[in-house]
Amino acid sequence: MDLDFISRTFVRLIAAAPLTLTVWLLSVVFGALIAAGVTWLRVSGVKPFELFARGYVLVFRGTPLLIQLFIVYYGLASLPAVRASFVWPILRDAFNCAVLSLALCTAAYQAEIFRGALLAVPHGQVEAARACGMSGFLLFRRVIFPIAMRHALPPYSTEMISMVKATALVSLVTLWDVMSVALKIRNDTLVTYLPLILAGAIYFVVNYAIGAGFLALERKLTPHLRPRPI
Amino acid sequence: MGDLAIFGFGEGGWGLSLLEGAAMTLLVSACGLLIGAAIGGLVAWARLSGKRLAGAVGEGYAALFRGLPELLIVYFVYFGTSTALTETALLFGHEGFIGVPAFAAGALAVGVISGAYQAEVFRAAFLAIAKGELEAAVSVGMNRALMARRIILPQVLRFALPGLGNLWQVALKDSSLISVTGLAELMRVSQVGAGSTHRPFAFYLGGAALYLVMTVITTRVFDIAEARATRGMRRAAV
Repeated sequence: MDLDFISRTFVRLIAAAPLTLTVWLLSVVFGALIAAGVTWLRVSGVKPFELFARGYVLVFRGTPLLIQLFIVYYGLASLPAVRASFVWPILRDAFNCAVLSLALCTAAYQAEIFRGALLAVPHGQVEAARACGMSGFLLFRRVIFPIAMRHALPPYSTEMISMVKATALVSLVTLWDVMSVALKIRNDTLVTYLPLILAGAIYFVVNYAIGAGFLALERKLTPHLRPRPI
Repeated sequence: MGDLAIFGFGEGGWGLSLLEGAAMTLLVSACGLLIGAAIGGLVAWARLSGKRLAGAVGEGYAALFRGLPELLIVYFVYFGTSTALTETALLFGHEGFIGVPAFAAGALAVGVISGAYQAEVFRAAFLAIAKGELEAAVSVGMNRALMARRIILPQVLRFALPGLGNLWQVALKDSSLISVTGLAELMRVSQVGAGSTHRPFAFYLGGAALYLVMTVITTRVFDIAEARATRGMRRAAV
């Protein structure tokens, strides 16, 4: 257990961090777009749309992400119809499959966060805006979105951190992220604790930074809730 | 073989194996939740104790295990306990690798993760107890053990029930990660089935359906338990 081994292990793990972060960022962004659509269906007031959105959330939150990932990566790839279709060039790559299934899963959680945030917008604010003659997109942009976004921030930060942790699953579909590099080093050197501890430290620091970033954003966006300086 | 026959219970059918896997998933998740309750209770107690060191340790535990990927914790517990056991055995003259049973390591891993979240649920539940009730208990001369049994525990469990229901769902889903240790729970059985029949799509979809059924039914059970536990309480809002 010399210092040289520690630093070499650390360098190899850090080299895998960009992949972990790329998977995270892409799945979170695509997930937010899908979630916006699901939320829109959920509050649309049209019964079939609403049922679809409810079903989507139930299925993706009620099953483990690991099995969703395997359905996309191993399952879809085994179907001849998929292999013959135009999506095959996308789905043949483990990276795309990982991003797709992580995005679909986080979309369900994010949709619930968005819905909760929309419901928390006081009705009086919307009425006041309508009384001033705002409607449609203007009403959303000026009144609903700014209020809802502030409500959504704390649970959203939790979801972002969950997603960093979830990216570790992509190690099981042949991608070389921090988790799989740590396991490879463990396998090759038979050193049990060190690679896993260093990998854990990397994940922890990333999560801590995301948590701190969201906290700072929340503080910046809610100056009216801060105690007045004396 | 037909599409549905592979899920049947006859010759070459995987129905029974999948159901056994589902039962194993329920068992290992339930054990994990109980271990998590023990850990979470201790951590919550440490944080509420008012002692600096105990509070810091409790807070550190919760922060650490909520900030690490669940998969990493599963690997760490599985490899870590096996290595620790092997090295301890070496001191007593036993050579060779000793593996911790996958079930024990899996339940422990789920428990370690769940405990970090349960600590927060228990802490909030304790803080929700009306202060007057604790004062009343002291004033009629109850000692700490009696007060814990009669006043604190019943109310903490009642207030914690909704949070525990959510964490049960999380434990159920986290248990799928134990498949990497080879424990024959639902995820692992689906993998084995997918591999030996070359029908991964059908098997993972079937596995996911079973997970969904388990989640929906057990959530319902928690809802009923919650309704029962709070039947004597007035609601602030319906």
